[in-house]
Amino acid sequence: MSIPLKLALLVLMLLVALSGSLLVGPAPLSFGDVLAGLFGQADDPRIPLVVVDIRLPRALLGALVGGALGLSGAALQGLVRNPLAEPGLIGASSCAGLGAVVMLYGGWAALVPWGLPLAAIVMAGLGTILVLAIAGREADSQTLILAGVAVSSLAVALTSLAMSLSPNPFALSEIVLWLLGSLRDRSLNDVLMALPFMTAGALLLIPAAVGLNALSLGEQTAESLGISVRRLRLLVIAAVSLLSGAAVAVAGSVGFVGLVVPHLLRPWFDYTPSRLLLPSALGGAILVTCADIAVRLIPNQGEMLLGVLTSLLGAPFFLMLIVKMRRGKR
Amino acid sequence: MLSAHHITVLRDTRPVLSDLSLSLRAGEVTAILGPNGAGKTTLVQALAGLLPMQGGDVLLGQDSIPAMDPAVRARQIAWLPQGAEGHWPLSVWDTVALGRIPHRKRWSLLAGSRLSATDQAVMTKVLKDTAILDLAQRRLHQLSGGERARVLLARALAVEAPVLLTDEPTAHLDPGQQVKIMGLLRQRAKAGDTVVVVLHDLHLARRHCDRLIMIHHGQIVGDGPPDAVLNDSLLTQVFGPLNFT
Repeated sequence: MSIPLKLALLVLMLLVALSGSLLVGPAPLSFGDVLAGLFGQADDPRIPLVVVDIRLPRALLGALVGGALGLSGAALQGLVRNPLAEPGLIGASSCAGLGAVVMLYGGWAALVPWGLPLAAIVMAGLGTILVLAIAGREADSQTLILAGVAVSSLAVALTSLAMSLSPNPFALSEIVLWLLGSLRDRSLNDVLMALPFMTAGALLLIPAAVGLNALSLGEQTAESLGISVRRLRLLVIAAVSLLSGAAVAVAGSVGFVGLVVPHLLRPWFDYTPSRLLLPSALGGAILVTCADIAVRLIPNQGEMLLGVLTSLLGAPFFLMLIVKMRRGKR
Repeated sequence: MLSAHHITVLRDTRPVLSDLSLSLRAGEVTAILGPNGAGKTTLVQALAGLLPMQGGDVLLGQDSIPAMDPAVRARQIAWLPQGAEGHWPLSVWDTVALGRIPHRKRWSLLAGSRLSATDQAVMTKVLKDTAILDLAQRRLHQLSGGERARVLLARALAVEAPVLLTDEPTAHLDPGQQVKIMGLLRQRAKAGDTVVVVLHDLHLARRHCDRLIMIHHGQIVGDGPPDAVLNDSLLTQVFGPLNFT
């Protein structure tokens, strides 16, 4: 199967997943109801409310968050030339989480419109600047990852501190639920909030694509091919921060997508890093949209949280990957 | 013409190259020889503009290599590193395609994957020249050492740069494969390119190179045709008292 055909298949799968996301929910709606609701033709005034105000933002955010995580995972794996890398490695996700938790801790999330996602994105940016400052101008990928792990650990520690000092059980419960990752009760405002940052992150990866390919033979070979590896690193780190920071800002912590998706698609598409970017974005979008449908279908007292499901699926996959790599080395 | 003028390179505080000058001529295969740690790889990296230098300059014609735009430099100097390995199991075709990166538009949406007709023609030619066209769809890690060495050389040749700097391209290869690689380098020199090859094998250097440059402790201690450089006294000075002939 040719690459364009495979991409077309992924687009089709995403459209099916998005349709499924619009169809599935407590209110039983037919495909016709959903279409009527979307285009303002429904007889029942409750239908547009359910479709446009509740399910559409959720479906769009699922695709955006998954796409951002898949894309940033593929870019970061290309940069560090390691299939075990994932966007959380450079600290942006944990810092975004810390920003959101501070807003919930202080009770400002409910008072300031867009306060929570904005704080998360600002913290993701500050965290990335801190990582780059710690790693220094001439840092190699290993130093960058170590700096990312250090900043990430600090952000997680401060998040735990906020939780342990939580002023009341309701704030603590809100923090925990938010950290577990979910797309429930999101609005089109959240889509509008995340979209510009995710678009900027994706655009930054366009000039980085050739450099990621060149890195396949090592940093010095890439330099000899005219790539400024330092500039490339900055571009990819900034892109991953924007993409993963914005994803965490609107959905909380949705783990393993950035790790699993590029890895699943690599043998099917290609090992050339640039050719994996678009498929990973589409694959991530499909995975998170489908996972978000699944959490609505799994029988439970409430609703299982999205981040819990992706972790439940992702952790065994990660283990399988390690076992496979061990076997490959024998 | 590629030339180094009084270049000094330090690793930490230790001088690896000290006030070294040389000029390389087009149409010749020049071997850089010397014991381990002599500074051969550092010299080639400095000539390729890949190392910061603490003194001196490298010129291509009248243009300073360190001051040159990296994209322009990449079209002028191809570099084949020592023991290069692919981090992903790319196909031979995709590996050789990396050599066309200096000729692509960076800001194009499809820059990462689309090859022009010229790119494809050049790649097919170098794959034929290196006798690996039939391996084009195989993956790098599935090849033998000799085949892999030719793929990596093909990647460097695909740059189509007038200067080709290679660092031990024959390491770990059997004599037949070594001669094939040296033959390919000679072909490029015949076509008018400036070819530099770092070697440990003195017999290979004597048989296949026009000029030998012997490096010892970061300085040139011998420079000339093979018979003039490979003499007992210089070899003993550089490698120690062994019987080389």
